[in-house]
Amino acid sequence: MAKIKLAKSKVDKLVEICKSFDNEGSELINVLHKAQETFGYLPAEVQEIIARELNVSVAHVYGVVTFYSFFSMVPKGEFPISICMGTACYVRGAEKVLEEFKRQLSVPVGETTEDGKFSISCLRCVGACGLAPVVTIGERVYGRVSAGDVADIIKEYQK
Amino acid sequence: MEKYKMHILICGGTGCRASASEAIQNNLQDAIKAKGLEDEVQVVMTGCFGFCEKGPIVKILPDNTFYVEVKPEDAEELIEEHIIKGRKVMRLLYVDPENKETISDSKHMGFYKKQIRIALRNCGFINPENVDEYIARDGYAALGKCLAEMTPQTVIDEIKESGLRGRGGGGFPTGLKWEFAAKNEADQKYVVCNADEGDPGAFMDRSILEGDPHSVLEAMAICGYTMGADKGVIYIRAEYPLAITRLKVAIKQAREYGLLGNDILGSGFNFDVEMRYGAGAFVCGEETALIHSMEGLRGEPTVKPPFPAESGYNGKPTNVNNVETFANIPVIINKGASWFNKIGSEKSKGTKVFALAGKINNVGLIEVPMGTTLREVIYEIGGGIKDGKKFKAVQTGGPSGGCLTEKHLDTPIDFDNLIAAGSMMGSGGMIVMDEDDCMVSMAKFYLEFTVEESCGKCTPCRVGNKRLHELLDKITLGNGTREDLDLLRNLSTVIKDTSLCGLGQTSPNPVLSTLENFYDEYISHVEDHKCAAGQCKALMQYVIDPELCVGCTLCSRNCPVDCIAGERKEAHIIDASKCIKCGACMEKCKFNAISIQ
Repeated sequence: MAKIKLAKSKVDKLVEICKSFDNEGSELINVLHKAQETFGYLPAEVQEIIARELNVSVAHVYGVVTFYSFFSMVPKGEFPISICMGTACYVRGAEKVLEEFKRQLSVPVGETTEDGKFSISCLRCVGACGLAPVVTIGERVYGRVSAGDVADIIKEYQK
Repeated sequence: MEKYKMHILICGGTGCRASASEAIQNNLQDAIKAKGLEDEVQVVMTGCFGFCEKGPIVKILPDNTFYVEVKPEDAEELIEEHIIKGRKVMRLLYVDPENKETISDSKHMGFYKKQIRIALRNCGFINPENVDEYIARDGYAALGKCLAEMTPQTVIDEIKESGLRGRGGGGFPTGLKWEFAAKNEADQKYVVCNADEGDPGAFMDRSILEGDPHSVLEAMAICGYTMGADKGVIYIRAEYPLAITRLKVAIKQAREYGLLGNDILGSGFNFDVEMRYGAGAFVCGEETALIHSMEGLRGEPTVKPPFPAESGYNGKPTNVNNVETFANIPVIINKGASWFNKIGSEKSKGTKVFALAGKINNVGLIEVPMGTTLREVIYEIGGGIKDGKKFKAVQTGGPSGGCLTEKHLDTPIDFDNLIAAGSMMGSGGMIVMDEDDCMVSMAKFYLEFTVEESCGKCTPCRVGNKRLHELLDKITLGNGTREDLDLLRNLSTVIKDTSLCGLGQTSPNPVLSTLENFYDEYISHVEDHKCAAGQCKALMQYVIDPELCVGCTLCSRNCPVDCIAGERKEAHIIDASKCIKCGACMEKCKFNAISIQ
């Protein structure tokens, strides 16, 4: 196991999270949810500590983290951009919107811009199909977005 | 509720909240306060009304006025005019697009006329965070009736007789499923509610949980009573924060009222519900995969048998039903199986909720009797195709379903007819497509989804779908051949026949159904290298018609790569070598001068 370099306060926090689920291996997904809520993402070190605390292998934790799309091993941007690629949004042109975000920010899906400001991800249906295509940035929802609106949306966050 | 003279109901569904329905609620409350009407008018945030296209929706009771596309700044006028002066605010009423008549009562709108609401009965009527309102609409009466008057077997018989089939996609008879779980003896059994709605474009389960969470809790308790389980678990997507919050509130209130917990209603029956969170894996909709995920493992499916009814969660007998299935149960108990089984078609009883979306005028959540035709749904309820375009296909069943065409429009929708037509019911997503949608790209879109969501356990699904996707990609890039089409068909059949679970067994459906119904389109991609719908970028070119172009410069100003040249008031030209085919110019052009060739 690699040497743990996380700040002690963070390690303590993780230990506490695991403890709140009785260090029970079957609670792994709940533990990961809580850990991601706290740290924003799940880097290798966090997974190692969780494995140690729940007494399961790191491979098992890694297997679960990479299986579910909700868990991320890289930090998201300050303004995480999610483009809905549900079918309803897709048929109303979500792909063009996604292409435009990728082009304007020069990052592929799943990555964060160098300045750490924006990250792009795709999600499947937020259930606001009446507003298709939908883009969410943080908590904010943008409806009926077209490729032409993308520059203006990005500008809002660049001030 | 009787304390107030008037009630203002605001849609608190996800779509309407995204269009500021919370701000509307706040502004209404402020306006009510300013007029000193707090004791007379109550503002309630309800679940989804269904008519998402026209959201945010505000409904005023008792006169049933249905306001559409309300904005936060309209709040003051609504209070001043409607509540105080008793005059309807005409500009916020729904206008029938056909005869231009203003309609104030939703009952008379084309969108609602053909609907029968059973699973959605309370959505948009009650405050989902108040158990008293649920009880006022016969809530928990069914549970009371089961515990006091019925034996577990008579409840199962009633559900069997009702003909209710699983609404999650499989269509398995619910009563039979309950009976299997009841017959297996064990020290511990579980009732599981599958709320891992992963089908992109379907949001009925979320709307039920957001709008009427108690109906699911009540049904789970009834199920627990029939099979002898005292524990219920709701497996819900972490991406549904509002539904999670409302369920938590509902569980707490039900416990306080003694409707969950020990000795429910003095009957000696114990039942409690807890929640587990999914983390985004489509395959977890499959019940064995879902159970593994609940146990903290990778959500991979296993071979059945053993069925969950024998060995499920923690190796104990488990019954898994979908949210919508559960939402039907209390009504069946209250009104009787013989009432329920008169609704619907011969082999599919009751109603089905569909999420109607895509290129249709009335996007929204609808509930219709089984056996309603696609034509009724698309044209009468859905209000026809957007922007007067031509209908091309409707996709049902999500990534596991297929595309149906013009010739299927008069097919009555039920489990068996949809399968016979090469699609399936699935969870109820219904996406309408028009002439601008390329069917090859559509199939590719679904395969992209499947490839991403395949858990990788079995080879046909892991490798086969990837190969299907590559073939489709090749075709959309203009490099496909006729042989590729045969290969697509053969490979699809193999994947269907040899995959381990429902995901792989159905994932080639979008390919097969588009090959079947739109073979010409595939041929024109591979032989003529043309995409008639103009969606396949490699096969198309944007051109400006010099006759129609007035030189307004709007296109060149909006072009993200500056590939449009031309002087003001003169026809513009697109430099095809620089064009990235984003379509921004065509979208902006007000003179229809830009077309795809």
